[in-house]
Amino acid sequence: MKTLRTTALAALTVGAMVSTAQAETVTVGMITTLSGGGAGLGVDVRDGFQLALEMAGEHSIRLVVEDDAQRPELAVQIAERMIQSERADILTGIIWSNLAMAVVPSTVAQDIFYISPNAGPSALAGANCHPNYFNAAWQNDMLHEAAGQHANVLGYENTFIMAPNYPAGTDALTGFKRYYEGELAGELFTQVGQTDYAAEIAEIRASGADSVFIFLPGGMGISFMRQYEQSGVDLPIVSAGFSFDQDVLPAMGSAALGVINTSQWSPDLDNAANEAFVSAFQQAYDRLPSLYASQGFDTANLILSALSSADISDSDAFRDALRAADFASVRGDFSFASNHHPVQTVYVREVVEVDGVLTNRIIGTAFEEHRDVHGENCNM
Amino acid sequence: MTLALVLEQLLNGVQFGLMLFLMSAGLTLVFGVMGLINLAHGSLYMIGAFLCAAVAGMTGNFWLGLMAGIAAAAAAGALIEIVVIRRLYTRDHLDQVLATFALILILSEGVRMIFGPFPLYLNVPDVLRGTVRLGIVDYSLYRLALIGFGLAVAVGLWALIAKTRLGIQIRAGESDREMIAALGVNIRALYTIVFALGAALAGLAGALVGAIQSVQVGMGEPVLILAFVVIVIGGIGSIKGAMVGALLVGVIDTMGRFLLPRLFATFMDTSQAMGVGAALASMLIYLLMALVLIFRPKGLFPAHG
Repeated sequence: MKTLRTTALAALTVGAMVSTAQAETVTVGMITTLSGGGAGLGVDVRDGFQLALEMAGEHSIRLVVEDDAQRPELAVQIAERMIQSERADILTGIIWSNLAMAVVPSTVAQDIFYISPNAGPSALAGANCHPNYFNAAWQNDMLHEAAGQHANVLGYENTFIMAPNYPAGTDALTGFKRYYEGELAGELFTQVGQTDYAAEIAEIRASGADSVFIFLPGGMGISFMRQYEQSGVDLPIVSAGFSFDQDVLPAMGSAALGVINTSQWSPDLDNAANEAFVSAFQQAYDRLPSLYASQGFDTANLILSALSSADISDSDAFRDALRAADFASVRGDFSFASNHHPVQTVYVREVVEVDGVLTNRIIGTAFEEHRDVHGENCNM
Repeated sequence: MTLALVLEQLLNGVQFGLMLFLMSAGLTLVFGVMGLINLAHGSLYMIGAFLCAAVAGMTGNFWLGLMAGIAAAAAAGALIEIVVIRRLYTRDHLDQVLATFALILILSEGVRMIFGPFPLYLNVPDVLRGTVRLGIVDYSLYRLALIGFGLAVAVGLWALIAKTRLGIQIRAGESDREMIAALGVNIRALYTIVFALGAALAGLAGALVGAIQSVQVGMGEPVLILAFVVIVIGGIGSIKGAMVGALLVGVIDTMGRFLLPRLFATFMDTSQAMGVGAALASMLIYLLMALVLIFRPKGLFPAHG
């Protein structure tokens, strides 16, 4: 009995020593949406992030994940708790722009790094940019600009455009119009979370448009496409990848086949990092990754790459290491502009069916080395 | 703006209104008979849609899915009534709101645990695909069928309440609970039946609408809010009020979204007019509710005189 107790004590002492040695670990706080209608996006970001840590065999990062339920005030509370109690060095994970606007400015002001795997509101790319804020995905307007550009290539001259009435929706229509050269057959704002699009589809039918541009992420896109398919209107749709990725395609079904959409990533992108990522993700989670999963994966690898060359306690060195973006991104090479947002290629994709599963395939390139327009308002 | 477009929008408004009626009928019935505010009504709508999608996905038959959706919602309703709601009849409305709000959270996360965080696939049955020509309007056949379903349920519900023994008991329960219990009606069973009936209607609405909307966790809450607006406008506890309120809300909401941006576009820049019009259109039904509350505080067709 006594020996057992001594052994246990010894084990405890060793354990205590190990944990002192691990005090050097870096804590990453992930605030993301894991419940409610927007949960699919957050789950994909989290799964992509965790997969990257596992594939790297990395144990020096302690990942703390919490659900923001898509509510700004909750996200703010979680951020405070992660900074105060968990002593997080880096925060990440937020999906929605309104939540990012609530959390990011106060976080980076406390000398904590925030690395966005998704939301890229224009304010944070322009006047409110900050040395501790990086966006590893895109600035909000970027994919919509590519959709506008590609509408020109497709020869569309009278497009009907539509988005929900909130900041990212306004960014989407502004981004599309920035590059689109044709006429607008109509312009509509829908409600956020709207489920019935009969009125809008009737407008599209009556407008004499030759094509339709939509930005309707998550369930909104599913509802619209189901109803659009049943309406007998068969104008071609051009969109950004958000409304046509792996999180919604299975639920949309054949309605989505053939839709042209733009994205910085696609499951069939031909590079070694992406091939490894897609097959590992499928093996680990038994589903195809979405662009959100690819962004979570890249965010983790960006952090790992910076940690391997700089110590987090030396903010300036760590910031420089992040800025170098020295890792094999699944989207292929990209760099950071002076406002810490990606300069990258945006591809044109088409929704196709492969072995009974709907997915995307690259059919062209909308922009190379594309950067957002807000960077010129950023002084840092 | 052509006549065909106006007619199509009117049809859309009526169809939207009839689906709202299915939701609000159950809500108003439960409130009228038992005096209970049931916030979890939207969760029953979600259960109907999920079960319909799951069974239709497994069997490939939408109609089997529809029946499964209705049955599951009714069963969930009966279970909830027996386990939770039964204890709340004598408590005040705040306790009821609190408990049924907890049910929303439990049911939403339960559904997410079982079906996962991603929306499910449910499509329109083959026979109801495509469009049909109604005079000068090309209209979606499925939406037309929804109008038919809504009207049929309305007639069926009217017949049930006005012509059957159960209906007499429900009406008696609405006007005097103690008295019908004293007359020997099993009030406990009656409450369970009414609650399950309301749940079945919500499940039916969820399954029908699920074929043209996203079947996802939390899909019931936006509809629940509209259903409350409907029964406040129509008069709480009144089926007739729910019908009139639902059609008013459906048509006014649809026509507002259609006409207001055009109205503003006559004297504003198009982009701005769309933003202002859309914002104002989303407020329209709440303005209507406020007006009704000012001039008819008990709603258009108050159940208790």
